[in-house]
Amino acid sequence: MKLPSLDYTCPATLTEAIAALASHDGEAKVIAGGQSLMPMLAFRLAAPKLLVDIGRLPDMDRIDISEDGVDLGALVTWRRIERDARLAQAHPLLVAAIAHVAHYQVRNRGTVGGSLAHADPAAELPGIAVTCDAVITIAGANGTRIVPAAAFFRGGLETVLKPDELIVSMRLPAWRRGRRWGFAEFARRQGDFAMAGVAAYYNLDAQGAICDAHVGVIGVADRPMRLREVETVLNGRRPSIELVRHAADAARGAVDPPDDIHAESAYRRELVGVLLERVLASAGDIDMPEAT
Amino acid sequence: MTEPVKLLVGAAVERMEDARFLAGSGTFADDLVREGMLHAVILRSPLAHARIIGIDASAALAMTGVHAVITAAEIGGDIPLIPLRLAPLPEFEPFRQPVIARDKVRYVGEPIAVIIAETRALAEDALEVIDIQFKALTAVTERGSGAHALFDGANDNVAVRYDAGFGDVEGAFAVADYVRTECFSVQRHTALPMETRGLFAEWDSVAGRLIVTGATKVTFYNRRTLAGMLGMRTEDIDLIEIDVGGGFGVRGEFYPEDFLVPFAARMLRRPVKWIEDRREHLMAINHSRDVACELSIACRSDGMFLGLRGKIFSDMGAYIRTNGGVVPAKAAQFLPGPYRIPHVGVSVEAFLTSKTPVGTYRGPGRFEANFFRERLIDMVAGDLGIDPAEIRRKNLITEEELPYPINGLVPYEGPTAYDSGDYPAAFERTLSEIGWTEKQNLQGRLINGVRHGIGLGCFVESGGAGPKENALLTLEADGSLTVAVGSSVLGQGLETVLGQIAADTLSIPFDRIRVLHGSTTLLDEGFGTYHSRAVVMGGSAVLDAGKRLREKILQRAAERLGRPNSELRIVDGLVVAANGAAISLASLARDGDLSADGTFSNTARTYSYGTHAVHVTVDPRTGAVNILDYVAVEDVGHAINPAIVHGQAIGAIVQGLGGVFLDHLIYDDEGQLLNASLADYLVPTASDFPTLRAITLELRPSPSNPLGAKGAGEGGIVAVAAATANAVAAALAPLNVEIHHLPLTPARLWRLIKDARDRAAAA
Amino acid sequence: MTSVSVHLRVNGAAATMTVEPRTTLADALRNELRLTGTHLGCEHGVCGACTVTVDGAAVRACLMLAVQAQDRDVMTVEGLGDAAHLGPLQRAFRKNHALQCGFCTAGILTTAHALLMDEPDADEDRIREVISGNLCRCTGYLPIIAAIVEAREACRGMQREAAQ
Repeated sequence: MKLPSLDYTCPATLTEAIAALASHDGEAKVIAGGQSLMPMLAFRLAAPKLLVDIGRLPDMDRIDISEDGVDLGALVTWRRIERDARLAQAHPLLVAAIAHVAHYQVRNRGTVGGSLAHADPAAELPGIAVTCDAVITIAGANGTRIVPAAAFFRGGLETVLKPDELIVSMRLPAWRRGRRWGFAEFARRQGDFAMAGVAAYYNLDAQGAICDAHVGVIGVADRPMRLREVETVLNGRRPSIELVRHAADAARGAVDPPDDIHAESAYRRELVGVLLERVLASAGDIDMPEAT
Repeated sequence: MTEPVKLLVGAAVERMEDARFLAGSGTFADDLVREGMLHAVILRSPLAHARIIGIDASAALAMTGVHAVITAAEIGGDIPLIPLRLAPLPEFEPFRQPVIARDKVRYVGEPIAVIIAETRALAEDALEVIDIQFKALTAVTERGSGAHALFDGANDNVAVRYDAGFGDVEGAFAVADYVRTECFSVQRHTALPMETRGLFAEWDSVAGRLIVTGATKVTFYNRRTLAGMLGMRTEDIDLIEIDVGGGFGVRGEFYPEDFLVPFAARMLRRPVKWIEDRREHLMAINHSRDVACELSIACRSDGMFLGLRGKIFSDMGAYIRTNGGVVPAKAAQFLPGPYRIPHVGVSVEAFLTSKTPVGTYRGPGRFEANFFRERLIDMVAGDLGIDPAEIRRKNLITEEELPYPINGLVPYEGPTAYDSGDYPAAFERTLSEIGWTEKQNLQGRLINGVRHGIGLGCFVESGGAGPKENALLTLEADGSLTVAVGSSVLGQGLETVLGQIAADTLSIPFDRIRVLHGSTTLLDEGFGTYHSRAVVMGGSAVLDAGKRLREKILQRAAERLGRPNSELRIVDGLVVAANGAAISLASLARDGDLSADGTFSNTARTYSYGTHAVHVTVDPRTGAVNILDYVAVEDVGHAINPAIVHGQAIGAIVQGLGGVFLDHLIYDDEGQLLNASLADYLVPTASDFPTLRAITLELRPSPSNPLGAKGAGEGGIVAVAAATANAVAAALAPLNVEIHHLPLTPARLWRLIKDARDRAAAA
Repeated sequence: MTSVSVHLRVNGAAATMTVEPRTTLADALRNELRLTGTHLGCEHGVCGACTVTVDGAAVRACLMLAVQAQDRDVMTVEGLGDAAHLGPLQRAFRKNHALQCGFCTAGILTTAHALLMDEPDADEDRIREVISGNLCRCTGYLPIIAAIVEAREACRGMQREAAQ
């Protein structure tokens, strides 16, 4: 399982990186931490002629927190997110979700940009991006563009990135005070890709009713999904046992997961319901009756 | 003169092999480098069943740095067939695997060509441009697909069927108060040693000799096999064993590459290295398990077992390799287990499919048989209203009944009998450790959203298989001792264990002993490591050689010191006489060769035994199982190194739990292996099963060998599925869920629960 | 595809590796520098056997190109102590029988070393979580976790020294 033959360049500037990508007729690929790309190369599922290592580009490993939200540079690693004490306040959902990403060694190298670009349907960060209305800044030969996460993922391992483009950063909108939230996923083993995962948050209005509900799922479709039907169920209602059940049922109805070697579709569908129930129960401090 | 000698046998001494591993200075196959070395990569069939129409390697051969593409055409003549080393039923002969496919491929992963190039990466580049034309044939992926016979001349895909047993089974069932029949299965999985296979072959053109490094397990047998295939004299080939990254039954058998790599080295007159990559490992190395069983039991209403009838159906994959019919034969043999069952009948059907061939994996057949039987016993207990512990207690063979013959269950084996032990004692110990009585109120209870269950599984396990093992002990001129043994080391700490035995026998400090093993250069003949035999056989041979060498040393010392043997003893590198005169071992060795051969022959097997108990919780909504407590009790007769025995037990339990919950080689209907990567072939990690306890008993030594030891390498795995599945079933009993099939994935358990609920709702 | 030279530090000393760009760090360490203590168990980033530290952080050396190690500071198992001078972590492994075949051991030692240098107070659960990224087929992991827990105190001393 040796890598296919390829060239390598490690540009010092973003401009050089884009030029290198543009110079190879679509046969160049970005590498940063390599935690997703290297296995693809080892299996020879990808065989680019040129790897453009963006690992030494300046200023792309910044975590900036402002009133506008949280900006994560493409080169920010899971380890950096895990260790940035500010993020516990600035975006607790991000921190909770990222805690599930892979294993220790991978977390030291795996990056925000790599995860987004790889677009695994079960990956946590793309799920958070979609759930939280993140926007992704992309630089390419034709300049810079900003793409909402919802439009960024096109399918399994497919994004809107063009061959001469790379991800510069991702912005999560500011985390509103008082937000209720939760994240849960179910994997065969610790660190494995989730068989299903659910992220959710909402605020409570003055009447104690849910507003601005966001519910997203991973691992149950060809890309991360927002469950608008579930959000509709939640918005305008007070958290309750009944509402949680209603929302979980809506979630079951909103997904149509594929079968795979780990589980049949119906199981994953049920997982989405159970996980959402658990997420909403924990977010709303609701003591759900014990299931049998 | 009588200060106590501190014996090493029985002590948990630190392992002599560890320093090199911990420092990264071990030598594994891929660490070998020679001037002029070339690299081999195997092109494997992408199809499960197909005719090979043509192979065009011209583009590959045109690449700079590619030295050869070897196909069946280059090998020419009759393609050698891999022999049946074990369980060699004549019915298997037509289904032996050729070392390379010529006209037809029968599983995904079957070797078609060997690419030899300057680097491994280049060989893989070349592999991609070899063009093979196939005519796809229908793949067979399950039993009973007789319409598509995989072998010419065969009417169906059954390799062998036989009946065996003892007593009057029909009679027992006819008079029984109670009979139950259930079908069970254990999924196809494999051992997955951390080091993939690797071979390094060197051809000495001048001497006409071949040296193959990276061999293990049964090196002498493999040498004879290779010599026959290459048309060489056995003595012109040496197989060298170096450090080995785990075996567990799968590594070291004679595989196609064991011919192909040496063949390439001889053909090219260059050293050739082949290192299996993980992807090909999963499709090339022996798979195992994949056994289904229809099991019937006949009982009295008080729970006494009267008869057992089992039909074993074993998916052997595409060929019958070296292990022959061991897996189904042992699944049949171990169906009755440690219980007094007077009438036992088994029937075995080994059938072929378009999958990777099957061989042994730690506890072959036993893991399966124990699961089948212990599950059925729990169902019987439920039906008869008897506590699962009580029904076992009633039926366990007692010490007074030992030796207990279990003849006639394996057609190619002679008589055998459970040797020694106190089965009820090990059983009761397990019950008290797990808290069986105290925890009964937890059975099936829902607490904080999860259901609790406690399960039991009893087992008996054979080891120490004969026929023989040899050892050679040599006192070196510096007073150190070299132990050479025909047993192989697969990472289990055998160097240490044999060193302990030699140290005690010769009173030589442990750190002055070097243990050499496995290689065909060491001894005239060796028998290897399988069937939990290395300590029993190799250890006894070392003991024998040690006693002989001790006599020789004392004899020579007697001559030098002028004192009779009876007044001499060996102390810390010196031979000391009663009168205080002393001479160093080094000095004695410098007088001329001081070495002794030892041997141990044995036809009786050792039978370890014990009980596992498991406390689990099951989340009925997700199917997630958590192990709260796990107790494994096994009597190994005599533990030469308790820490090593404990390590074998814990390691085996975790492997077994992988077999229960995770490990699964999954094929689709076209015979494609769907999970040939470690991302999808799941094995346990450190966080999966953190709470396990293994208790080693030494209640009864084995009567079959002077060490009193019983094989201890495999007993830890054989009751894991039995006990664990029983615990899961106990947890889910209130939901009317029964467990028949492994693996217990969350999705499968969820489906069982859902179906049971749907049935209840419909009723 | 011509070979390039990579300059880095390995186990405290300057080193140069001449490699094809496609060469992984693991292969380069093994084949160019003959540091064969780093083992390849899967070559696709799952088993952890090839773990080394890069600038102090544990990484899978099969998931990093050798060229990406330019100017980095790499430590392999050979940097932890040779057979005659085992370090505290290695000694704890030997004492606890935390290895059998020894193939996965290097990656577990380097992972544990990185963890204890970085998080000297890591508790048993944290150690287990971290080691869940390394596969071992022999030991069942229990003695490995016990050894790392036991080595913690000695490693705290090393960590303090390193910090000074």
